[in-house]
Amino acid sequence: MKSHNMSFQEKLLDSFIAFEQDVDLLNPIHKDRKDALKRFEELGFPSKKDESWKYTSLKSLVQKDYNLYAKSETNVELKDVKKYLLNDIDSFKIVFIDGVYSPFLSKTTHDGKDICVLSAALSKDKYKKRIKKYFNKVVPSAESLASLNTSYTKEGAYIYIPEGICPEDPVQIMHFSTGSQNSIWLQPRNLIIADKGSKIEIIERHQSLKDHSVVTNSLTEIYAERNAFVDYYKIQNDLKTSSLIDNTFISQERDSNVSVHTFSFGGKLTRNNLNFYHKGENIQSTLKGITILESNQHVDHNTLVNHAQPNCESHQDYKGIFSDRSVGVFNGKIIVDKIAQKTNAFQQNNNILIDNKSKVNTKPQLEIFADDVKCSHGCTVGQLDKEALFYLKTRGIPEKEAKALLTYAFANNVLESVNIPNLKTRINSLIANKLGVNLGFDL
Amino acid sequence: MAYTEEELKKQLETKEYEYGFYTEIDSETFPVGLNEEIVKAISKKKNEPKWMTDWRLDAYSTWKSMEEPNWSNVKYEKPNFQDISYYSAPKKKPDLKSLDDVDPELLKTFDKLGISIDEQKRLSGVAMDVVVDSVSVATTFKDTLEEKGIIFCSISEAIQNHPELVRKYIGSVIPKKDNYYAALNSAVFSDGSFCYIPKGVKCPMELSTYFRINQAGTGQFERTLVIADKSSYVSYLEGCTAPSRDENQLHAAVVELIALDDAEIKYSTVQNWYPGDKKGKGGVYNFVTKRGICHERSKISWTQVETGSAVTWKYPSCILKGNNSIGEFYSIAVTNNFQQADTGTKMIHIGKNTKSTIISKGISAGKSQNSYRGLVQISPFAKNARNFSQCDSLLMGNKCGAHTFPYIEVQNKSAQIEHEATTSKIGEDQIFYCNQRGIDTEKAIALIVNGFSKEVLNKLPMEFAVEAQKLLEISLEGSVG
Repeated sequence: MKSHNMSFQEKLLDSFIAFEQDVDLLNPIHKDRKDALKRFEELGFPSKKDESWKYTSLKSLVQKDYNLYAKSETNVELKDVKKYLLNDIDSFKIVFIDGVYSPFLSKTTHDGKDICVLSAALSKDKYKKRIKKYFNKVVPSAESLASLNTSYTKEGAYIYIPEGICPEDPVQIMHFSTGSQNSIWLQPRNLIIADKGSKIEIIERHQSLKDHSVVTNSLTEIYAERNAFVDYYKIQNDLKTSSLIDNTFISQERDSNVSVHTFSFGGKLTRNNLNFYHKGENIQSTLKGITILESNQHVDHNTLVNHAQPNCESHQDYKGIFSDRSVGVFNGKIIVDKIAQKTNAFQQNNNILIDNKSKVNTKPQLEIFADDVKCSHGCTVGQLDKEALFYLKTRGIPEKEAKALLTYAFANNVLESVNIPNLKTRINSLIANKLGVNLGFDL
Repeated sequence: MAYTEEELKKQLETKEYEYGFYTEIDSETFPVGLNEEIVKAISKKKNEPKWMTDWRLDAYSTWKSMEEPNWSNVKYEKPNFQDISYYSAPKKKPDLKSLDDVDPELLKTFDKLGISIDEQKRLSGVAMDVVVDSVSVATTFKDTLEEKGIIFCSISEAIQNHPELVRKYIGSVIPKKDNYYAALNSAVFSDGSFCYIPKGVKCPMELSTYFRINQAGTGQFERTLVIADKSSYVSYLEGCTAPSRDENQLHAAVVELIALDDAEIKYSTVQNWYPGDKKGKGGVYNFVTKRGICHERSKISWTQVETGSAVTWKYPSCILKGNNSIGEFYSIAVTNNFQQADTGTKMIHIGKNTKSTIISKGISAGKSQNSYRGLVQISPFAKNARNFSQCDSLLMGNKCGAHTFPYIEVQNKSAQIEHEATTSKIGEDQIFYCNQRGIDTEKAIALIVNGFSKEVLNKLPMEFAVEAQKLLEISLEGSVG
């Protein structure tokens, strides 16, 4: 499985010694880093020969060379990035510029909850126990890109919500890249823990401020303890020069409820590896996404829900709209273990192809070992209903608007489960932008 | 005849393989092992022309350079290709004129199978080609068919008598180097059936092939080639059994269908190779490559009932090359004990207005694993392509598994693809509904299982449905009927 691209891969392996100068070698997690590097060395970058990478090639990405660090801290003013943030000024934000934490743009806290950065949590003794309990515990070792991220663990968001706490506002995790280097490879690492009965809403966004080549190999671990509630939104609307590999691993305890919404509108190549692992009964997992692509963009949703305990539910709903040589991939997998009786797993993937140059590859898989389960998946590829379009046109709605209306309707299932009103408005306007219309109302 | 689910499960687990007998027939078997000499010897034995020998040798050299695939969702001990005898034929008289010439032992075999050729010939009006081990032993109704210009014979005869047809079409749908087992088959196939339906002829009867592995230590490599010329129609049936043995026998067949403009081919299979015993010992490895090509306005329909084999690994496929062509796939796969099945279909849409339907029903019991793996591919030129796929799985007990791996690749905006899959056991609410209507639980279960597979069973031709019913009797359908 050794990759064709030895140069950048080797650079990643060689640079580790330099990286070690920068981090605390005595921290117990350093062993995780070293083990992970070894695994990455063995596995290399995934190639098209790997079943889960059949439709997405990293070749064009990893053939190039990247800097692993930004040159120097670049001055980014609030006004440069304000438009990417949601309007609530008071809410907590964790902002990174070229992978480096920006205290000036962020608003963090240690008051009653921890919303801060991972480097701080790693360096302080009082977090040691918790880091030891959670760090890298849900990440499977066979994943090469996850291993690569683990080996370079240094910075990212750290959120800990203690028992019974429910912060009102969502937390925003923002990654900006400034283009201080021509090309850069970023590897943020987020650790999110929602303790018993707590609730947290999180919005994550990666954004480049200039069109330079940037690849982000991000990893997020989410732990939902008993009866915890986590609502996670990913906005992927980056420039066409940036690529994102998003690895998310979620561990859920009894009675917890985690939902992840992924909105993929931008970027050159986006790969979402979204994995749910169930550790207790009566768990709810929701995975939803809207993908609207054009001009050579490529988005690959690779999801896994591992039902390992009885009486759990999972719900997946992904909508895709593709035009102008864009490629959409959906690779959903549901595994139901032997003991996971009374599982209710649902998976749906609907796609619309706008023209013949775009492509959809979808592979919804079920692997079921228990007999008393309700599992189903549905998958469609088609186009906007001609008769519905005609109907709208007879009512005096121009074609473009009529198409946009139908597209809205198509995506609405996913949109309506967005719980943050501000975010909903934002996504609505992003979709309107993408479709080039102004309908003058919000759905 | 009413059973509870428990009893049904039990019966499934303990069902015996009815066709596990072995017949003493004087046969001629090649020494085990595979090399160029063996390939040449098979070709020589068959008195084949040079182009055929070269074709085989070419396939052999490709095969040598290939690696055995292992991407499927089945686990098995890889066969040792040097331990298999590649040619085993019942010793027969040089020329078979009528059934009287057939070895009486062999006829008894068919009696046991319940398919007495004699009987068949008189009563059911099915023309039949019987292949034991690797060689075609009897072809019935040849004369009746000849009147219509239909050629139905063993492939070795076809190579002798109709070389131009064989040469033109063999390997045209499944190239020699298509996959590991197709390459192996191309090199060593010893016999099989050949069928040609001339222009505008509607074949008046069902054509049927019966395959049986008899000798120990042999592999069966048969090759079937069906050509339906313009505006013709044929319905083709295929059945298979093998004796119970502790070893794993290999069956690697290749079936090629060619439907020219406006033609229709209906290909039905009832596969009941020996599935191994309750502990998973023995059984046939069924690694088959089946594919059909559809020209303009033609239609190919695959129907399969898979009840046997220790490991089944096959994907009957349609290449919808012509405009307005239609591909269909109807399948029931029943796995029990330690059986494993990885089966499904590929629908390759190339022509405009092409349509395909996939209905797959999987029933798993015991400790078996049942996978559906399918591909629906819409090329950029396939305007208005339409596909509907439905894969349903029924699980009995929590030691078995049901898996679905559908691949959908679409490159044309006018395509309409629907795929749905469900996995369930017999629902409590379904039974409740029946109870409410005064149907007791046992009957309700029978009713539901029956309905689950009926959709596919109905697609089998009448003549074959009787036999399929009989084979399913020991599995599911009959036990609840």
